[in-house]
Amino acid sequence: MSRTPNKLPVRGGERKPARVRPYSLTGGRTRFGHVLLVETFVAALEAPEERKELTNGSLNTRVMPEMRAIVELCRRMRTVAEIAALLKMPLGVVRVLLSDLADQGKIRVYGTGTAHGTGRPDRALLEKVLSGLRRL
Amino acid sequence: MDSVVSDAAAYGVSPLLNDEKQLLDDEEQLRPWQQDRTRAPVATKIVVAGGFGVGKTTMVGAVSEIQPLQTEALMTEASEETDDLTGTPDKMTTTVAMDYGRLTLDDDLVLYLFGTPGQQRFWFMWDDLVRGAIGAVVLADTRRLKDCFPALDYFESCGLPYVVAVNHFVGSERFEPDDVREALTIPAHVPVMIMDARRRISAIETLLALVAHALDVTPE
Repeated sequence: MSRTPNKLPVRGGERKPARVRPYSLTGGRTRFGHVLLVETFVAALEAPEERKELTNGSLNTRVMPEMRAIVELCRRMRTVAEIAALLKMPLGVVRVLLSDLADQGKIRVYGTGTAHGTGRPDRALLEKVLSGLRRL
Repeated sequence: MDSVVSDAAAYGVSPLLNDEKQLLDDEEQLRPWQQDRTRAPVATKIVVAGGFGVGKTTMVGAVSEIQPLQTEALMTEASEETDDLTGTPDKMTTTVAMDYGRLTLDDDLVLYLFGTPGQQRFWFMWDDLVRGAIGAVVLADTRRLKDCFPALDYFESCGLPYVVAVNHFVGSERFEPDDVREALTIPAHVPVMIMDARRRISAIETLLALVAHALDVTPE
């Protein structure tokens, strides 16, 4: 009669304790209402000292260090890609956090060179880029 | 840069606030538009694509007015043929590095350059990148011409204007643009040029060719 071997590999047994992965901060949300292309400009709407309310609040408005760091960076005009690069966070995560901050009125999202953030630049813009490059 | 790092969990969560003060202090000469939060300049972008080590980082660095930054996109390999990703945490996520450079063209016009890996498995990044882009520079290395095939296929399929720039490396056999055009089956109206990604002037000429080409194919 065969007996159960002493040790069978346990599925998931060698799993390492879960570390907090950046995307878990986003609560699984991947959708965003704002058009946040890599080159989209964002800037903070309030002066830093006026943002005391950021430190407390209800569960869903509580501000994570990442969010605060983003608002700090946005005291200057920044692009989405720049924020991701400076904070060393993946683009997708930064997009979701920015979207939340915009919803909360903490940052402003500006339009990009294309009329609705979709499609392609129009001729007028291309002409401007061309003459700008020629001046370099 | 093409590095593919697979330890996404290494991102720090807490030290952000200290680092960021440093970041604010470290930045090089500020442009007026960066300090005016009431109005944003027009932002536009060009994608620099091509195979591994073809010179994307070099080209972005040659023209950028800032020290090129690196942005990372997090890739979840959930599409792998296994559902059980938990047992292989190292395989779960991959970060794809993307070079990011900037050119202020006017007080109210800023051009961004994004150098991105051209491998087919990174197409998920390209969809996002090409949205609203002026066009793409496809860098080609004649020693490894095949490496730029995926980028060409991709830009042709999505209708993004592109130019082919052959980055000649020291010691590599010289080819004429027409030879490269033929090998890559590039349509006659698409510019194919020889460039040196290390030289700013050469890189800017390539950008000029791309923007002029984009203008040509944009309806009045």
